[in-house]
Amino acid sequence: MPEILVFATLNGLVTGLLLFMLASGLTVIFSMMGVLNFAHASFYMLGAYFAYSISLYFGYWTGLIVAPLIVGVLGALVERYGLRRVHQHGHVAELVFTFGLAFLIEEAVQFFWGADTKNYQTPDLLDFPLFTLFGQEFSAYRGFMLAISLGIFIGLYQVLTRSRVGLIIQAAITHPHMVSNLGHNVPLIFTAVFGVGTALAGLAGVIAGPVLTTFPGMALVLGSIVFVIVVIGGLGSLPGAFLASLLIGLLQSYAIAANVGMQDLLDLLGLEFPRSHPLDDLWTLNLAQIAPILPFLLLVLVLIFRPTGLMGKREQ
Amino acid sequence: MQSKLSVRFLTRLLSALLIFIAVFATAQERDPVRIGFMDPLSGPFASIGTSGLTVLQFSADYLFNSRGGILDGRMIEIVPLDNMQSPTETQIQFRRAVSEGLQIVFQGNSSAVANALNTAVERHNRRNPGQEVLQINYSAVDPILTEENCSFWHFRFDAHAVMKLNVLTDFIARNEDIEQIYIIGQDYSFGHVVAETSERLLREKRPDIEIVGNEFHPIGQVKDFTPYVTKIVASGADAVITGNFGADMVSLARSIIDSGLDIPIYTFYAAYDGITATLGADGKNRIRLVHNESANPIPTEERKEFYRAFKAKHPDRDVTQPRLPLALSMIVEAMEQTGSTDPYDVALALEDMRFTSMSGEEVWMRGADHQIFQALHVSVQTDEGIEFDADNSGFGLLTEYMVPGEETVVETSCEMRRPRR
Amino acid sequence: MNGVTAIRALAAKSGVWAVYLAVLLLLPQLFDSILAISIFNQMAIAIVFALSYNMLLGQGGMLSFGHAVYFGLGGFLAVHALLMMENEAVYFSIAFIPLIGGLTGLLAGVFVGSFSTRKAGTVFAMISLGIGELVAASSLIFTGFFGGEAGVSGDRTFGPPLFGMDFFSDVDVYYLAAFWVFLSTLFMYLFTQTPAGRMANAVRDNPERAEFIGYSARWVRFISFCASGMFAGVAGGLFALNYEFLTDENLNLVTSGRVLLMAYIGGLGFFIGPIIGAIVLTLMNFLLSNYTELWLLYLGIMFLLTVLFLPRGFAGFIMMHRLAWLRGRLHTLALPYLLTGLPALLFILCVICLLELSHTAEPELHFLGLTLAQDSVLVWTGLLLFATLGWYLTKKSAPGLRRAWEAANEPEADAAQEQFS
Repeated sequence: MPEILVFATLNGLVTGLLLFMLASGLTVIFSMMGVLNFAHASFYMLGAYFAYSISLYFGYWTGLIVAPLIVGVLGALVERYGLRRVHQHGHVAELVFTFGLAFLIEEAVQFFWGADTKNYQTPDLLDFPLFTLFGQEFSAYRGFMLAISLGIFIGLYQVLTRSRVGLIIQAAITHPHMVSNLGHNVPLIFTAVFGVGTALAGLAGVIAGPVLTTFPGMALVLGSIVFVIVVIGGLGSLPGAFLASLLIGLLQSYAIAANVGMQDLLDLLGLEFPRSHPLDDLWTLNLAQIAPILPFLLLVLVLIFRPTGLMGKREQ
Repeated sequence: MQSKLSVRFLTRLLSALLIFIAVFATAQERDPVRIGFMDPLSGPFASIGTSGLTVLQFSADYLFNSRGGILDGRMIEIVPLDNMQSPTETQIQFRRAVSEGLQIVFQGNSSAVANALNTAVERHNRRNPGQEVLQINYSAVDPILTEENCSFWHFRFDAHAVMKLNVLTDFIARNEDIEQIYIIGQDYSFGHVVAETSERLLREKRPDIEIVGNEFHPIGQVKDFTPYVTKIVASGADAVITGNFGADMVSLARSIIDSGLDIPIYTFYAAYDGITATLGADGKNRIRLVHNESANPIPTEERKEFYRAFKAKHPDRDVTQPRLPLALSMIVEAMEQTGSTDPYDVALALEDMRFTSMSGEEVWMRGADHQIFQALHVSVQTDEGIEFDADNSGFGLLTEYMVPGEETVVETSCEMRRPRR
Repeated sequence: MNGVTAIRALAAKSGVWAVYLAVLLLLPQLFDSILAISIFNQMAIAIVFALSYNMLLGQGGMLSFGHAVYFGLGGFLAVHALLMMENEAVYFSIAFIPLIGGLTGLLAGVFVGSFSTRKAGTVFAMISLGIGELVAASSLIFTGFFGGEAGVSGDRTFGPPLFGMDFFSDVDVYYLAAFWVFLSTLFMYLFTQTPAGRMANAVRDNPERAEFIGYSARWVRFISFCASGMFAGVAGGLFALNYEFLTDENLNLVTSGRVLLMAYIGGLGFFIGPIIGAIVLTLMNFLLSNYTELWLLYLGIMFLLTVLFLPRGFAGFIMMHRLAWLRGRLHTLALPYLLTGLPALLFILCVICLLELSHTAEPELHFLGLTLAQDSVLVWTGLLLFATLGWYLTKKSAPGLRRAWEAANEPEADAAQEQFS
């Protein structure tokens, strides 16, 4: 049992921090521009695919640097020539635009790279077990993933709290109009933030691609979860997004690890139902089965009972 | 002024285009025999469908069209029907098939789709006598299709899940080292069939084997399988059985390999379409699949020739579905025997047909439930002794264990409603 | 406005509805192939579904990512009703099946709406997404009711015949569907004319002001939401009748996304918009998917272009010309449209050619009567050249079109008078 707990925690941290890399960009974009970018996870997928293609010719490490840059530039272009154009038609049009973009990127990926899974491998340098605990290996690559995501979190936090740019961005998150009145070029900040946010998503894709499989559905699997994190964490709150990412990561990991189900609950309550009951499926449910939908349950509950999210200040 | 200029430009352009367009019509002497192929050709599951289509198309051209066609010179034309692996789209495409007068439709991927098509075909044929359609199932393995829901208009050219698991558990039972087994699968009917059947069969064959885990995960929703693998490791399992396919299969295998767990994975769909290449050396001697038609070694020169010709024409693809040429050949045989393409005649001729396949073995299409019986193989992923690899990766499937067709026969509960003519 | 004009307006409106009904009834006389009827049935379902979605987004300003929930739940209940009829538990005409779907949709709408309509905007969108994912996931878990990924199937032919129709063929279903489509369209239109419908627009545009004049924004949204859920359920019931089965895909995100696409491409601000969108998308689905594996890519591109350049959809595009038409200057736009449209068409065709050419596995591509060799440098450069040419000419003629359009819409002193005479 302790080994399950330890590894569930580790796994939860890896997933949670990876989710944070996506959520951090999304939450800043969302807070500043009011756009929930449906295509954010698609940029994550693009990161993985670009890095895969680059790694075929120049190796993994070049891909690690170059792919997020390409994705970031693409993101900035999308903001400049797509979102900004749609912006005048309101938030619904923006949401619908990113929704369509997500759809298009998935199709484009299938067009350029094909529909089958890609053989995107971890670098040889990191192809060894970092440590072995209770007979299970924790690969060096997962350690590397942890380190990168932590580094990003610390770096982002430093930039946002210590640098001048960070201060402007923070101000733009809470008071976008005021910042623009102060004479800052808000559209430029938007483009830059969108570019950096998508580049972060791309980076997440680069490091997740080899472990979580590079295939055209990878954006869809992650897409809505990242949304959930941003909403649960609260609008405009980077720490909130961080907390929510870890919460979701750990929640899912523990839910799978825990061998409990409705049967246990019923036993606890001393209730018993016949096996052929119409609601049989409900009584035989277990936690691992529903782990992937827990975030959505949480989302609906949070939105009903605390629409500001965990650490947000504004209503969405 | 400008617009006048553009008008002149346009007229020139149009005339240039008209010259470019060459209308050609090839006069065909006799109507082709048109056969539908319904599988996902676009969307997330497209790779598996397009690879099947390529194999069927090639089989028709290589085996028949290039040798003068069938039924005294009629060509076979394969009509692709894209159902995007969606039951709704399947219904729509089925209506299109009927509308275009197709009488035979191949379909393979996803038992849910096969069930939907089976119901649609059964209803259509009952309501529209004289316009019947025949469903050729080359890959959907849900036993129900030849058991409770068996239909006169449905033929299965693949062993169903219980037959395959029979062979797979036989193979596992022979391995004395295996004492504890973990079963994990997608939370849907096929996953449940795999879990229940393997548990039952293992209890019969090796009561000493302990099932240390029996887990379902949502289909296509899991980002990271590591938490599941943690449970597998903690359970101390010596082997894993899974019915996963597609990305769920790759991710699961990947996570097991990454955790350093060196145990065999017994499965169904872990080869070709990028999977073999992705698992590569990591999957060597770990991935074991049950399937029909040995991929290595190939027993006859005839089948080797077929594979080589296919590779020459489609260097990036593999013969992923060797059942397709077999099914096509048997249907053509039935047509030649009866001299007709009518589904009813073809179906009657197919019933209890014994046919020598390209591999030189005699296969049997049982009349009682329209289930085929042929040898089943358990193969391992390796790069040693591989003549025909997968995904051009150097790795391929090598047969380790073979059960001849007559030993794979299982009882059926099918009570078939036969149409009268 | 005096009484005469009011009556005239009413007569004009009734005329439009009469034409609508006539078209609905005449369609199967004009096109009677099985495929055409199947397309019409799908269109009918899509029209009701898209219109119900427009009640939410277009009229109520509520962006939903989970509208398929009400469609699917309605459909599932309808199929269960068909099953009960088959098991002789109940006996009634299947004409009422869509009503069962509608009631289910209404009930689900009342339940979800009770907490989700508190806010519009992002909160509503996110709740709808969460509910959509929850219900879609539950549909795979609770297999007793939803039948897992295989879905639930019912037979529509067990009810009593209606006006001599036994519902064996799709044509019978079409007439029933046409009746329900007409009824639903009429009721949804009338809803927009009721105070509740008018207030929905007000709340969409400015909830605060609406509150000031004494309406609870939440209550207004709730009513729209429930009505929308009900009509989505009717569409689900029609789906159940037409396809006779439902699966989890009928209530998941893909279906929700598709209805959003339909309503948006058609044009949200106009009542007729979703109808156009439903027809266009259904046709695209049928026609394109048969010819190219890339049709989803084209669909995505078309959708993005619509959002970027036609924010009010196709209906908005058509309505843009209303003013020019009223002023009798529509003909002045014909030539400029031609001058920009033809090169644009050339550009689009060349791009499609290039995309298909780089995608196809065959050595040759047949397109619009042309045969293009994949390995020919001439073909590639030619296409690129034509594409550039088309792009250049489009760019060059676009300002001319803009000028012509502005000229056509320019107010004129006597034009204003014409309207009153």
